[in-house]
Amino acid sequence: MTLKQFMNEAISPWMREEGPDSDIVLSSRIRLARNFSDVSYPILADQGKLEEIRDFFKKEYEHQSFQDYEDFAFISIPDLTAVERRVLVEKHLISPHLSKSDQASATIISKNEQVSVMINEEDHIRLQLYFPGLQLPKALEKAFELDDWLEEKINYAFDETRGYLTSCPTNVGTGMRASVMMHLPALAMTKQINRMTPAINQLGLVVRGIYGEGSEAQGNIFQISNQITLGKSEADIIGDLQSVVKQLIEHERNARNRIMEQSGKKLEDRIFRSFGVLDYSRIIESKEAAVCLSNVRLGIDLGLIKNVSRNILNELMILTQPGFLQQYASATLTADERDELRASLIRERLQLEK
Amino acid sequence: MECQECQHRPATLHFTQVINGNKTEVHVCEVCAKEKGYMTYPEEGYSLHNLLTGLFNFDSAMMENQQSNSYKQVKELKCPQCGMSLSTFKKVGKFGCATCYDTFSGRLDPILRRVHSGNTKHYGKIPKRMGGDLHTKKQLESYKAELQQLIEDENFEEAAQIRDKIKALQDQSNSSKAGDDS
Repeated sequence: MTLKQFMNEAISPWMREEGPDSDIVLSSRIRLARNFSDVSYPILADQGKLEEIRDFFKKEYEHQSFQDYEDFAFISIPDLTAVERRVLVEKHLISPHLSKSDQASATIISKNEQVSVMINEEDHIRLQLYFPGLQLPKALEKAFELDDWLEEKINYAFDETRGYLTSCPTNVGTGMRASVMMHLPALAMTKQINRMTPAINQLGLVVRGIYGEGSEAQGNIFQISNQITLGKSEADIIGDLQSVVKQLIEHERNARNRIMEQSGKKLEDRIFRSFGVLDYSRIIESKEAAVCLSNVRLGIDLGLIKNVSRNILNELMILTQPGFLQQYASATLTADERDELRASLIRERLQLEK
Repeated sequence: MECQECQHRPATLHFTQVINGNKTEVHVCEVCAKEKGYMTYPEEGYSLHNLLTGLFNFDSAMMENQQSNSYKQVKELKCPQCGMSLSTFKKVGKFGCATCYDTFSGRLDPILRRVHSGNTKHYGKIPKRMGGDLHTKKQLESYKAELQQLIEDENFEEAAQIRDKIKALQDQSNSSKAGDDS
């Protein structure tokens, strides 16, 4: 596996599979934060120690396989260009924090891009695993197996009372962040999502935009994740998350039906206008593209738009991000140039399906 | 009001700039605010992390108020492993190494309680290899709690089964310990 392969395709191979409830749930992710027991955390460790950790991963895991996840590629982050780093963030393979690090930071990524391990991020190790649709228990099971596989060779920082010890006290205990990416256009249109957020927060869960903390919900994609990592088992945490997500799915489906009943023509008009904009515009800003893509995806889900694959939102949301556009153009682009290339890429992509 | 930078989009952000004592009002849209550097976005925005360091500082303010003057002379608590001091931790909101959890353990519970809805103890996964006999210990604890509940519910048949499981686990753990000693 080479870096080039990760950069070329907007959507990861695993995303092409449909998962349960994948009309509304785009993906389920489990992330576990782990540290070496006898090395200071990356904010304080000396460069030499961090390099030792990085080299250990290269030596032990490059081109290795873990179960079905084959051929781990080892990528040293400081060796990448700014655009390459950005593309990995846009594909959610690494975090924005890791992409900015020049401190012996690295990642190993499985060939199908379902598994990635960030090295020397805020913690020494952050392993993450994605599944299409709503599959939290399955994702947790695999994440635990992956964790055990790594632990065969690594002494983890663990304490009987506090659990897995992490740099930030917000991750201590399970070290787990479970999150689900959901497309909730009807709940957003009817503003119901704003009313539901406080109730979700009370359960120790958070609702955020697509790129995590501080980002807005571009294209009506919301990320629901656990906030608490201490005092509850991983299974209990994902149990709570799963049940909230199921309720959101039901509310979203009801809201879609209600909108269709009460103002079906208006919704249909909005969906087809968006389709028209994507199909014909010559200049499009990322925000407008995200809104239109969300509408088109809704149109596909409602059976109004046929012959366009459901993955279009996933794919174009990533493909039209600044990093990917510049990777595609092999050049640094101004905002205006990006808007133009974005429009032409979307048109091209939609033509493929006609 | 339209954005004063692009004169196109509506101004959704309003700032007051003070440069050399001169106050000016700035009305811009989000796009221009980002591009012209009026705001950093999104990773550097006001994050959960900022909020947390705020909490830690609040904690320290409380403690300092409670301390008498004589305590102020006491040398600052520092982690022997990585050198992280309590004041640095409060500033950055992050620990420097695993030993910090022991070093600052006296101050940790209120922080953890605030961040984790009142919880301070881990109930999740135990490392397979590093966990050692902790697995057995935790399993015994959970069986004992289950046994207690079954007895309270007067479900003696299932309670007997759990009692046997506890015995088997204890025997197994004792024999493996004996094995280690030999």
